[in-house]
Formats: sequence, C-alpha cells, structure tokens
Amino acid sequence: MSAAVRIFVPRDSAALAAGADEVAAALAGACARRGLAVDIVRNGSRGLFWLEPLVEVVTPAGRVAYGPVQAEDIESLLAHGLLQGGAHSLCHGLTEQIPYLARQERLTFARMGLHDPLSLADYEAHEGWAGLRRALQLDGAEVVQQVLDSGLRGRGGAAFPAGIKWRTVLQAEGPQKYVVCNADEGDSGTFSDRMVMEGDPYMLIEGMVIAGLAVGATQGYVYIRSEYPDAIAVMREAIVRATAAGFLGDDVCGSGRAFHLQVRKAAGAYVCGEETAMLESIEGKRGVVRAKPPLPAIEGLFGRPTVINNVISLASVPIILARGADFYRDYGMGRSRGTLPFQLAGNIKHGGLVEKAFGLSLRELIFDFGGGTRSGRPVKAVQVGGPLGAYVPESQWDLPLDYEAYAAVGAVLGHGGIVVHDDSADMAKLARYAMEFCALESCGKCTPCRIGSTRGVEAIDRAIANQNRPQQIHLLRDLCDTMLHGSLCAMGGMTPYPVLSALNHYPEDFGLSVPDTKAA
Amino acid sequence: MNPPTPGSTTASADAVRHALERHAQQPGALLPVLHAVQDALGHVPADAVPAIAEALNLSRAEVHGVITYYHFFRSTPPGRHVLQVCRAEACQACGAEELLAHAERTLGCERHHTRADGALTLEPVYCLGLCASSPAIQIDDRLHARVTPQRLDALVGALGLQR
Repeated sequence: MSAAVRIFVPRDSAALAAGADEVAAALAGACARRGLAVDIVRNGSRGLFWLEPLVEVVTPAGRVAYGPVQAEDIESLLAHGLLQGGAHSLCHGLTEQIPYLARQERLTFARMGLHDPLSLADYEAHEGWAGLRRALQLDGAEVVQQVLDSGLRGRGGAAFPAGIKWRTVLQAEGPQKYVVCNADEGDSGTFSDRMVMEGDPYMLIEGMVIAGLAVGATQGYVYIRSEYPDAIAVMREAIVRATAAGFLGDDVCGSGRAFHLQVRKAAGAYVCGEETAMLESIEGKRGVVRAKPPLPAIEGLFGRPTVINNVISLASVPIILARGADFYRDYGMGRSRGTLPFQLAGNIKHGGLVEKAFGLSLRELIFDFGGGTRSGRPVKAVQVGGPLGAYVPESQWDLPLDYEAYAAVGAVLGHGGIVVHDDSADMAKLARYAMEFCALESCGKCTPCRIGSTRGVEAIDRAIANQNRPQQIHLLRDLCDTMLHGSLCAMGGMTPYPVLSALNHYPEDFGLSVPDTKAA
Repeated sequence: MNPPTPGSTTASADAVRHALERHAQQPGALLPVLHAVQDALGHVPADAVPAIAEALNLSRAEVHGVITYYHFFRSTPPGRHVLQVCRAEACQACGAEELLAHAERTLGCERHHTRADGALTLEPVYCLGLCASSPAIQIDDRLHARVTPQRLDALVGALGLQR
C-alpha cells in the first residue's frame, strides 16, 4: 500500500460557508469506500474566495488546486485522478502558479493557507517564532527601534506609526502595562483580521508577545467581535497550546519574562473598534468613546499605559523582527512602507485577499486581480476603507494606493477593505445608508455624531424626494462639516467621507445637475 | 414576564451563579459574565440583573445599561431559529437588500422581530466577514455565502418551519 496522499480542505469560515465541511466529509467517505489512503488536513484559506472551497492535493510537482469544489463533485474528481493531481474542469494547476497568488507580495500572509493553523510544528517549520527569538536577544528599546525603523503604521485605519506608540508606552511609568489587540473588525469589505486569527493565530500571538516584551507589558487582551465565533475558538485554542509550549505564560521561552494573553469577546457594537470605546468595553462598561488626552499609551486600559494595535499591525511585527526593519521598509512608497493586505469585496468576480506593497493602483486591484464585477456590469463606485471610507470614482482609480495620496483627495485606505459596486448602485441610497449606520452605531457621547447622523438621514431623504432639494443639499454639507470637525472620534468624524464623496462625484443620483453644486 | 423557557427562574439563577463563579474574579468581568449567561440561556433575563450587579459591585442601572448598549445581548428569548441577513455595503453590492426583503416577505416576519409562532427571529446584521462571497447570512450557528433568494428558501425550508 502506498503512503497516504495529503489533501488540504480549508476550515476558514468563508470556506465553511461555501460548504467545506461537507466537501471534507464527502472526500473522506469516498476515499474510504475505494480503499484510498488519504490524510485530510484542514488548513487556513489561501484567500482566493471565489474558488472556495479550494481543495489542494500534494503531488511530487507541488500542491495542485481544485475549486470551487462541492460535495457532489468528489466522485467525478476522484474518477479523474484527483489524488494524482489529474486534469478536471475544476483544476487550476499548481496553487503557487495561480496568477492571483503568484503576483502578490505576501509577507504577513506568507504562511496563510499552507498548513493546519493550530499546528505548532507547522508554524515553527515556516519561520514561526523567529521574530520572538530575535526580540528576546534585544532590549525593549532596541525592539521598539526595529519597529520604528520598519516604518510600520497602524493597519487598523488611522495609520499612526506603531513604533512611536510603542516608545510612548515603553517610556511611561506604571506598575502594570497592557497590550491590547483590536480585533473588532467591523468594517464591511474587510476580513484580513479574521483570516489571521482563523488561519495563522500564532503569528498574532507572536506579535503580541514581542510587543509585551518591548514595552514591559505582562498582560495582553485580544478583543474579538462576537460575529467571529470561529476566530474566537481558534484564538482561544492557540493561546492554550502556545502557553503549554512555553511561548506564553510566566516564563516566555525560558527568558524569565512573563506575558499572559486572554481573548475578550465583544458584543456587536461597531464603535468598539474605536480604541477608547474598546477599552471601556474590556473594562466591562458601555463602549462609549473617551475624550483624548489622556492618550491610551499613557492612561489606557484600567488607567495603565497600553499599547493598542490592530491585528494586522501586530501580525506584521514577527517578520520585521525576523528579517529586519530594512527588509520590510524596502517595500512600499513614500511614507507608506511595507505591504497592505487589500481585501477585494462586494460585486467583484475574483474576491479575496491581495497582499501587495503600497503603491499599486485601484484599477490594477479591481481589474487585474479582481477581474471586474461579478455581475459583468461596469464598475460605478468603489468604497475604499470601510463604511467610513470615501467612494472613489473612476477618475481616481489610477492614484497609487498610499496613505498620503488618498488623503490628498479626501479618501482613506483605512483597513484596506475595497467594496466594488456596479452601475446599478444608487449613490444617494448608499449615502443615506452611511448616515443610517452612523445613527445606529453612534455611542451617543458627542452631539455631532449622535444627532447629526439622524438629521443627515432626514436631509438626504428630503433631497431624494425633491423637497427643497438645493436647501437640503446645503444643509447636508453644513452638517457634514460639523460632523467632520466636531465629532469626538472617527465614527461621526468620518461618516461624511462616504456621504460627501457620493454627493461630489455622483450628484446626478441626488437629482442634481451634473456640474455639481459644491458652491451651494 | 416571558412564558416558561430555558430562561425560567431556576435555570436562570443557576446560569447566573455559574457565570459569576467562573468569571466574576477577573478585571472587567461584566461582559464575560453576560456572555456566559446568554450562552446558557439564549438571552440575559431581567431577573439576572440584580444578582450580577451585586456580585460585581455595580448598580442595577449600570448592568442594565451595558446589556441594552450592545446589539449582541438579548433581554428576551429569540425564536427557535435565528436568521441573520448581512446588510453591510459589500453584501448590498450583491443584492442583500432584496434578499432581506425576500426573507421578510416569504417568512412572514419583519426584521428585528420574532414570528408570532416563536419559530424564527429575523435580524439584519452589519458584517459577517464574508465580504468577498456576499451576500452572506447566518442561520443559528451556521454561515452561508453567496446566498440567492432561491438558496435562502432552500436553507429555510430545511428548518421545517410552517409558512
């Protein structure tokens, strides 16, 4: 009898939602009936979601990809030599050579989908813990200097230099310091945090331990949204295993230094993705935004100095330590260094995760990677950076994806979420939705956000119904100005981005004549 | 009060005691306690509030305030099945609004409501994280991607609900 053939069937929740469990069960059953020896591994997702469930078979030439596979395809696949990587209409050849994957620059996502996410041996075999081991040879200030030199900026959306935040916490005095990972990934169009937690959880743990060692924090929290039960389960199990293996706990890797980590489950409040609201939530309170200052780096969780970073920021740290700050900084452009995991979503043919250095254009992402809309209709608008990001019109699709270039046109990269809408989209309706979402999710602390969002919905409704339209548009712009400048946090402060960009670039959807009425 | 459900008084008291035993000692214990109670009972009943408040040295108003602030916590039991339809932008771009309207129409249940027969609760949600395979829905604990109205009918049909 020959050795068992290794087959990968993802366990990422997007693959499960497309039927991966049924595929794995059908495959196991069919192979057992035929007396075929197989070793089915449940891996993370490669991030090619239009091909999920993506089944990969290990052959002497490499891993061969099949997708999207449904349970009922298994018999036909086996008949065509699935276990030998045989030809089939669902076969895409070697996974590594699929252009969508081959053209990426995967640094943070280098391991994604390669192995069983919870296998410590697999993690170690793929450069795992190399960053932590390097960090253990340095003192805190040297680790912080590496992060500073790498140019890493906060990947949650605010793009604040991570190293400066870390240095502030390192220099702050306190009997207890904390590292908090913001995994409240509520932006529509984003799933990179979810993929990391489900598909490469030890990378996040490693990044958090390094942060803890660098700034002198001994306790970490990962605040994960309740809509991500799979991510919560994988992270909890990964923490148990990493603790048992000595990467977490009182004596990290025998260094005599402690770092403990705990998952905190959020409870469905979008605004808790704002860092101070998140701290309130971890403290057991309503997730209401705090006024700054004091900065969380000085007075954060339970009033102590706290490093707060997004999942991708922390997950980028291990490779920076392992390969050096220069290696990471050599990717990217201008002040946007390294890579960003872009997430292609919405009405797009090839939706998924594309990690590339900063500087490519939206057009390359949407068409070269994404293949245009799934509906086959023309692309009308692209929302970049989540529900608080601007709608980017075609005239701006050739701008480089770079924090400063986007800021210059009143747009943001945010967390890298890219939502494509075809020409059936009604931009006035989407602007109304942005205000409605803000009204629903506002924490209520500041007036521009709490009241402005509701008034915004009303003004847009009246403009659409043509009740004193010019006055309503004037009112809406005035309201947006107040929200932009008067809100306490990005919830109210950035809701005007999608609203104003829709109004400025698609005035006809609001019933306005095309040369727009900015002067109104 | 609510009709007898798994959230009836004895079960409720047990669940609260158990949640407090497990979680009350940690800093910022309230959310973990509320999650444990809701995991056990399906909701956080009003009669759980005084015991939680006392154990955590909070006022009842504070506990009530937290329960009502967060969308995830329920004060009343949901239907036997919960159908969540994502209506965030990435799902809207692929027909989520039509899908939600279809669900309301065919299931005889408005959004944010539980059907009179208690069989189903229909809720809009804002992002299930399946934005590259939209529109997405969740039925009880199970996610489904790229859901058409026909697929929704088939999935709901499998629950065996009366129309």
